[in-house]
Amino acid sequence: MTIRPNALPTQEMTINMGPQHPSTHGVLRVILTTDGEVVTRAVPDVGYLHRALEKIGERVTYAQYMPFTDRLDYLAAMNCNCAWAWTVEKLAKIEVPERAEYLRVIVCELNRISSHLIAFGSYTADMGAFTPFLYAIREREQVNDLFEMLCGNRLTYNYARVGGVSADAPPGFLEKTKEFLDYFEPKLDEYNELISYNKIFVNRLANVAVISAADAVAYGLTGPNLRGSGVPFDLRKDEPYSIYPKFDFKVCVGTGERGTLGDCFDRYMVRINEMRESIKIVRQAVAQIPDGPVLAKVPRVFKPPVGEAYFRSECPRGETGIYLISDGTVNAYRLKIRTGSFVTMNIFETITKGLMIADIVAVIGSFDIILPEIDR
Amino acid sequence: MEAQVLFDTLKGKFGDAVVELQGEGYSPAFVVVAPASVKEIARFLRDDPALSFDSLMCLSGVDYKEKFAVAYHMHSMKHRHAIGMKAFLPRETPSLPTVDDVWPAANFQEREAFDLFGIVFEGSMDLRRILLPEDWEGHPLRKDYKYPDFYHGIKV
Amino acid sequence: MEALAISLVKAVPALGGVPLWTVTLLLIVASAVVILVFALTFEGVGSLVLRKVAGDIQARIGPNRVGPHGILQFLADGVKLVLKEDIIPAQADRFLFRLAPYFVFVGSFAAFVVVPFGVGLTAADLNIGIYYVMAVTSLVVIGVLLAGWSSNNKWALLGGMRAAAQIVSYEIPVGMALLPAVLVAGSLSLQDIVRSQGGLLGIFGWNLFHNPFSFFSFFLYFTAAQAETNQTPFDLPEAESELVSGYNVEYSGIRFGLFFLAEFGDMFIVAALATSCFLGGWQVPFFNAAALPPMWGNLLSLGVFLSKAFLMVLVMMWVRWTLPRLRVDQLMRMSWKYMVPLTFVNLLGVSLWLLVFRGKGIPGMIASLFG
Repeated sequence: MTIRPNALPTQEMTINMGPQHPSTHGVLRVILTTDGEVVTRAVPDVGYLHRALEKIGERVTYAQYMPFTDRLDYLAAMNCNCAWAWTVEKLAKIEVPERAEYLRVIVCELNRISSHLIAFGSYTADMGAFTPFLYAIREREQVNDLFEMLCGNRLTYNYARVGGVSADAPPGFLEKTKEFLDYFEPKLDEYNELISYNKIFVNRLANVAVISAADAVAYGLTGPNLRGSGVPFDLRKDEPYSIYPKFDFKVCVGTGERGTLGDCFDRYMVRINEMRESIKIVRQAVAQIPDGPVLAKVPRVFKPPVGEAYFRSECPRGETGIYLISDGTVNAYRLKIRTGSFVTMNIFETITKGLMIADIVAVIGSFDIILPEIDR
Repeated sequence: MEAQVLFDTLKGKFGDAVVELQGEGYSPAFVVVAPASVKEIARFLRDDPALSFDSLMCLSGVDYKEKFAVAYHMHSMKHRHAIGMKAFLPRETPSLPTVDDVWPAANFQEREAFDLFGIVFEGSMDLRRILLPEDWEGHPLRKDYKYPDFYHGIKV
Repeated sequence: MEALAISLVKAVPALGGVPLWTVTLLLIVASAVVILVFALTFEGVGSLVLRKVAGDIQARIGPNRVGPHGILQFLADGVKLVLKEDIIPAQADRFLFRLAPYFVFVGSFAAFVVVPFGVGLTAADLNIGIYYVMAVTSLVVIGVLLAGWSSNNKWALLGGMRAAAQIVSYEIPVGMALLPAVLVAGSLSLQDIVRSQGGLLGIFGWNLFHNPFSFFSFFLYFTAAQAETNQTPFDLPEAESELVSGYNVEYSGIRFGLFFLAEFGDMFIVAALATSCFLGGWQVPFFNAAALPPMWGNLLSLGVFLSKAFLMVLVMMWVRWTLPRLRVDQLMRMSWKYMVPLTFVNLLGVSLWLLVFRGKGIPGMIASLFG
């Protein structure tokens, strides 16, 4: 925009996209400085949901900490539960029974599906199409029903345990899971037809907030955000943990199909495609799952050896890395949780220069952040 | 690359700045370095072709009761290896150079370490409290932190 | 109205002593009240239908607690809004804040006056009907700007500016898209336009099928008018997920109710104009409703008109729940770069057609082939 001499003087406006906002996916505050509709600076202000989870980890035992990990990312609670379990098992070198690992993978992938459904639904709702959100909720309710069958909870599952899982799959669970997968798979094509390739939707997302692959790695983006920029790195394939090597699935990478590689549309499509891959994984897991115990023998008063371990797993919103320092007592000495959403916010200020206010909403939605993960 | 080999490489290049290797019981292993040389070692780790640690996985502050530490976990996309780096700091004035010009991913995590431990990162592009309110007193994750009784007149 | 007053005085001897102007005035007020009741009822029921249609499209039920199938929901909403606390922000410009909803509501409601509901059912059959509607619905812009400015809230201001820009930009395509109907009928009066679409051709007498350009201009009008009334995909000014309701974010209670009702009123006006100008209005296919005795003719044509208009409203709701919304610069681009040139070309096309074929439409020409 060129300013003509003798034009009316203009002033930049500072707007507060406050903690309470329908589109900020939680209590995120963004302080926008705009020149009309164009944003010159967008500073995120996080911390409204800080609950001192890391400090709490130093006060409770390893087993008692499991419900706290649910609240870390409540939309992918199974993944966070399992991340904590895997970290403690890595530190204490505990052998987990195979059936438990299969159950963990099944619930993690199902939870990935339901988390991506929310990401998809809320993103399209932010863009103004209110209908896909309710279709996503309808599908997610079925996943919740499956989890309710398994562990009794619909949102904060507290399912994994150090050494296995808390309960075995009840009879009928695996059949119901297969039924759900058969029902859900064609729905993805329906969503693509309804909204993903809709011209208006594509125009809102394409070429917005393009992040190059080098930037994505340097700024610490992980998960679908990293893969949306074309970097084919998936922890389940490249640093496999648990029994992921047994499954055959693709790593979904952004292709720049409707704009530039690394724009919001690519990150969105990576999530849609990841749901398809998760369906594949769950199908294989349900077919291969062996019989056996679901919980290893872990002493009641559990004291892992002195040492430090860092374990990261692929959660729907990025990688959740837990750096655990143990001093041989029943409580952890230091517990640091590195979440995908927190580090993703690093790039927010850089990437939003020059965008319009409507695009800020598109960017927040494409990163699929969730505030409990950021604030812990 | 093996942690011992990497340690030897670094020791050869930086000499006394590289203090020791914490290998047994630590997963991944940690290379303990002097705080003042953190930035140059970080830059070397990122730029050297055999190492190319282009991704900072995690940056954490730690309070070992006699001293503080900042623990870095790094990963290389090219070579798919990971290593840890640790710098021990005195309790009174914990400060060391920032690495957010080496890995921009460090920014928020350094702010968090500053917020919760009081570790100052010199040269940081933006060092202010991130999770707690701007006017909070104290650094909660320290082992000797005492909860305040009141905050703005509200009983905590 | 004068003629109606005269015939009323003749018919009812008791009114002999009352001067004519009083009767006329009373008739005007009565018809305004009738229109107001209709408008409010439509707006109330429309909000309920909107929610039920939304529920259907979104695989859920919608309101179903208040009354059978939730029919009385709009009454409950109305009572709730009336009883809510009237909050005016401390730093707001109180006079403008209070004034804004009235501009918006009047702008929408005043257009109901010329809508041709039936053979003889128009509150005022102005000979400048369409011109009047275009002029009066522009009042909405002032109301929206006042609301955005006086709320003393940056989000409201943004919403108000966006709304003003949007409504003003889309007025040109709306006007240009209505002109083909005017040209074909040869008159600005809405009743004349509807009357010209009647006759033995039935459905094919509609302006929609008159010539390819008027067919096209129906869709142009419908799209541009959705933008005029802030419906998704053009609902940027009140984008719930971005501007948190835009210009009416600080309004509560019945003031908000007026904005809300005016939106549905606008929807009806758009539908009414679309049906009158392009879909034959109150014309019953293959039937001359004007030939019936007045009461039956009026009832039949009213029924036909309302069903066509409600169908158009349903289509608008359907589009609203399906498509995402356009960003403000995309919206502007669409108006100025696409719709304005298209409507101009369309207008040119209709004018040339009427010149070349001497006012005859395609169905008319086909009919004359068969004698």
